[in-house]
Amino acid sequence: MLEVNDISVRYDGRDALSGVGLAVREGETVVLLGANGAGKTTLIKAMNGTVPVASGEIVLNGRSLGVLSRREIARSVAVVAQENETRFPVTALEFVLSGRFVYGGPFGWETDEDVSFASQALQECDLAEFETRLMNELSGGERQRVVLARALATNARILLLDEPTANLDLAHQAMMFRLVRKRCDEGSSAVVITHDLNLAAEFADTVVLLKGGRLIASGAASDVLTAENIKEVFGVDVLLDAHPVTGGVRVTSVF
Amino acid sequence: MYLFGGTLLVLLLVVLAGAAMLGAERLPLFDLNEQQRSILFDIRLPRIFLAACVGGSLAVAGAGLQSLLRNPLAEPYLLGVSNGAALGTMLAFVLFDQLEIARPILAFAGAALATVAVYRMAKSRAGMNVERLVLSGVIVTTFLSSVIVMLTTLLDAAKLRSFTFWLLGDLSQATRNGVYLSFAAVIVGTIILTSQARALNLMMIGERDAFDFGVEVGRVRLLVFGAASLVVGAAVAASGSVGYVGLIVPHLVRLSVGSDNRLVVPFSAVAGAIFVVFADTVARTAIAPRELPVGAVTALVGAPLFIYLLRKR
Repeated sequence: MLEVNDISVRYDGRDALSGVGLAVREGETVVLLGANGAGKTTLIKAMNGTVPVASGEIVLNGRSLGVLSRREIARSVAVVAQENETRFPVTALEFVLSGRFVYGGPFGWETDEDVSFASQALQECDLAEFETRLMNELSGGERQRVVLARALATNARILLLDEPTANLDLAHQAMMFRLVRKRCDEGSSAVVITHDLNLAAEFADTVVLLKGGRLIASGAASDVLTAENIKEVFGVDVLLDAHPVTGGVRVTSVF
Repeated sequence: MYLFGGTLLVLLLVVLAGAAMLGAERLPLFDLNEQQRSILFDIRLPRIFLAACVGGSLAVAGAGLQSLLRNPLAEPYLLGVSNGAALGTMLAFVLFDQLEIARPILAFAGAALATVAVYRMAKSRAGMNVERLVLSGVIVTTFLSSVIVMLTTLLDAAKLRSFTFWLLGDLSQATRNGVYLSFAAVIVGTIILTSQARALNLMMIGERDAFDFGVEVGRVRLLVFGAASLVVGAAVAASGSVGYVGLIVPHLVRLSVGSDNRLVVPFSAVAGAIFVVFADTVARTAIAPRELPVGAVTALVGAPLFIYLLRKR
């Protein structure tokens, strides 16, 4: 669905990404891991055309990102960015409905279909009672879930999530990943940035390790999350064992 | 929403009727004599209609700029846009004295240049915070003011006095042509801004959000800047710089109907008309037969609200 072919991105005269290649297939959850400044956010921004690529190409559903309009991209790709406060009194429902922009023309009002997608998304994110609440009165974690709900309400087939769990409590971190997983099981795909290696191991089909704008490893969690790779990317020693319930990789830092 | 719209329309009619009756000469609503008719149709009504158009113009410009710049304090007067238009108007006076149409055209150009200047000054790599935008507005405003003051030295004493008055907002020079032009500008401007309202709803949340969810951000910015410059240029060319209308009116409208720009923009047009017609009626009756500049009246209300909005958050 989304192919990243050997791209480089330049920021301020230095390479933020160099020679990164990656394919996001239908139904797949891809998790990007790396230290701060490794280029994870830049990669996500490149994937929906927010930052231009200096070389290489990104292909969305068979067409190069460069030839697509904003509307065409937004119909296929929805973004959950790191949260953003607004100084205007916007309700949670209005916020989620703003994600339906590409389905309306000028002067248009949202259709019943728009509203039902929005309410459903709020419900999925455990926010059914929050429709009329104002965004600037919500807690950071609640706002973050509204931001996720907006991305879900678009019905875009590809979700790009930049640290969606940063403000969330334990229960809602799991909820976030379960919702993303569920969408992927229904045929969507997702690219998620997180710093939680265990959540990555649990939910990812593909784990991608980035360091200094380069791709270090990519593949199944059990292949990629090795002590050597983690040492190289994060500079910390870890212990690896099997999760007692799921049997997946479990990562424990050694301080 | 329908209730609010209905209330606004009724209020508009009441204020228009009140403004028509009140003044240095009190007029009855019906059975006017020849002299009274002449006062009403030749002097008072053009002025009232101009006040309505100017009010609507400044209010929609404020609503549009606030959403685009993500800043409830954005306002044509405070950002220096009005002063840009004022400088354009003055240049037209100095360069093409008799050519009336040159004034709104140069006013539009001045407004557009000031808008772009303040936007570029306020924008930094880290984005645009509230204070930076307001400060950029202050810089542009004071710079343009000093240019305007220098230009006034080219004028003779009699013209100078009327100019000083005009700079603070003066509706007493209303002409038929001025009214027609302002009316056309406010209608076109409001339609353009309303057509971008859904995009502005996203811009108001964040420029990145808007971009991510399919808004052609550059195009929307161009349309909103263009429409705001159009309405402010027409308003200032006809009536000088009336301040704070674009701050007060959208704020009150948002308190009533929420933040959806599809409501805020058109309702601001009507509410702005009500507000300036009312303020102008106060300006010409409070110390009758002498007059206050209408801008002095609106600033009296607007400045405290600005402080309140700055402290809130």
